[in-house]
Amino acid sequence: MLTLYTRRRLINAIGLGISALAMLFGLLWLGWILWTLLANGLPQLSMAVLTQMTPPPNSTGGLLNAIAGSLMMTFLAALIGTPIGILAGTYLAEFGQRGWLAPTTRFINDVLLSAPSIVIGLFIYEMYVVKIGHFSGWAGALALSILVIPIVIRTTENMLRLVPNTLREAAAALGAPQWKVINLVTLRAARAGIITGVLLAVARISGETAPLLFTSLNNQFWSSDMNQPMANLPVVIFQFAMSPYQDWQSLAWAGALLITFSVLSLNILARVLFRQKSTTY
Amino acid sequence: MPTFLREVHMKRHNLLDILFRNITRLSAFAVLVLLVAIIVSLIVGSVPSIKTFGFQFLTSAEWDPVTNEFGALVPIVGTLITSAIALLIAIPVSFGIALFLTELSPRWLRRPLGIAIELLAGVPSIIYGMWGLFVFAPLFADYVQPWLIEKLGPLPIFGPLFQGIPMGIGVLTAGIILAIMVIPFIASVMRDVFEVVPTLLKESAYGLGATTWEVMWQVVLPYTKIGVAGGIMLGLGRALGETMAVTFVIGNAHKLSASLLMPGNSISSALANEFNEAVGELYTSALVELGLILFLITFIVLSLARYMLHMLTKREGSTT
Repeated sequence: MLTLYTRRRLINAIGLGISALAMLFGLLWLGWILWTLLANGLPQLSMAVLTQMTPPPNSTGGLLNAIAGSLMMTFLAALIGTPIGILAGTYLAEFGQRGWLAPTTRFINDVLLSAPSIVIGLFIYEMYVVKIGHFSGWAGALALSILVIPIVIRTTENMLRLVPNTLREAAAALGAPQWKVINLVTLRAARAGIITGVLLAVARISGETAPLLFTSLNNQFWSSDMNQPMANLPVVIFQFAMSPYQDWQSLAWAGALLITFSVLSLNILARVLFRQKSTTY
Repeated sequence: MPTFLREVHMKRHNLLDILFRNITRLSAFAVLVLLVAIIVSLIVGSVPSIKTFGFQFLTSAEWDPVTNEFGALVPIVGTLITSAIALLIAIPVSFGIALFLTELSPRWLRRPLGIAIELLAGVPSIIYGMWGLFVFAPLFADYVQPWLIEKLGPLPIFGPLFQGIPMGIGVLTAGIILAIMVIPFIASVMRDVFEVVPTLLKESAYGLGATTWEVMWQVVLPYTKIGVAGGIMLGLGRALGETMAVTFVIGNAHKLSASLLMPGNSISSALANEFNEAVGELYTSALVELGLILFLITFIVLSLARYMLHMLTKREGSTT
């Protein structure tokens, strides 16, 4: 017969034990996935992967065109999305005290933050690809930029809100007009946080496959023409991994290793850069 | 500075102020325009399908590109079931992780462990798909599925869920992989909302002799339940729209079957697999309508999630 006290202690111990197990369970998957990537991808990594084009089935080659395409589209997407995101985030934090626009935008933005990325691909397909009649690198960059905007808006607003009001008041008291206060004081004070947001956004889009399927598609050859279908790492990995060819599957693992470790390094870099908690879920 | 110069100066700054404010306002407005544009373009794209099939689209399990018969039932059901499995696994695990991170972990371990869990969210979904297809599914087929079929298959009621042959891929596998993918989202929301519980409240309970487990269930959870529900909805929103990981392992079969071990289909994986190969206006339009349905479902779920999280922060603001 257990006394109430021992029973409570026992339940506590079991509950906490299970919670520790849950933590281990979470870490186990991360470890397992990273291990799989290293075990399968590392042997495939060679200079050829970085210097040669994607091969036809059953021959060797590399991922150069896919890597270049991914870099170009990611860069352009960040270039399009970042200014809009920062400006809109600034509005929410600095001018959003009154009126309906700020709360509505904040709400919609939070929803778009987790909206299914494949639907964004469909949207750009309907709006752009259908109109010009073919897949293109621009379409891919546009689709990715739509994923960048909500992330940058959210972090910009959060970071601007962390800037103490006394700083704004001090600048205003010196006679600075509002646009100067925001551009030269507040945004500058929040710079590290905003860069973190951009890095997280880049990390997010560099692994995205779904929005590129209907927009940039893929290209087996070298192409730097943004108006043509463009090779990119995620779609190449998808295509190669699902194929029956051994060579293609090996390259897919090499690509998977590259993409995961660059995404994770970006994530870690972003967190090191800005040690305060930055949540983007 | 002479007066007239100062006036010019002031005017210039006033103008720049107005200009700057309106540029930022325009950008904020662009987000709303974006949402409307997404919905309108999807509706326009699905007009042929809506005209042809009407409401029957939602209830028909037919999906035949040859005869141009399309119904969304199989992918809708697949999306809902995989997400339900994912939540069933992810909720308790995320709760455990959040509890560990807020109450149990030594202070110096909190940050690295938190980052590790967040990295799990950073792994691209296509990697989950590859890992699921090449590593997880074979092991699942060899060790877990035969056991499920043997032990759970003959049971009444639940039995039919676990009958079939161990193939590795299928609805259950997709659900499990989705669970791993949404755990970090739910866990970090739970951790964040657990942290808003006033220390005073917890310490009063501890002072009365409550154990950590009791504090968790009787103080922290009741205080944060709206936020926890919001976090779960957020995870659900993620699970519903997840594409690549599911596409790799669900099996892509337009067939309804009672068993969770059989291949199925989800809205997002039907899109990923078929959209580029779709020939003809009606086929494409049916797929766009699938996308529209997915967007509307996730929109509702995510709106609820945000509303709940908003309620929690509002209450927090009023009590402190």
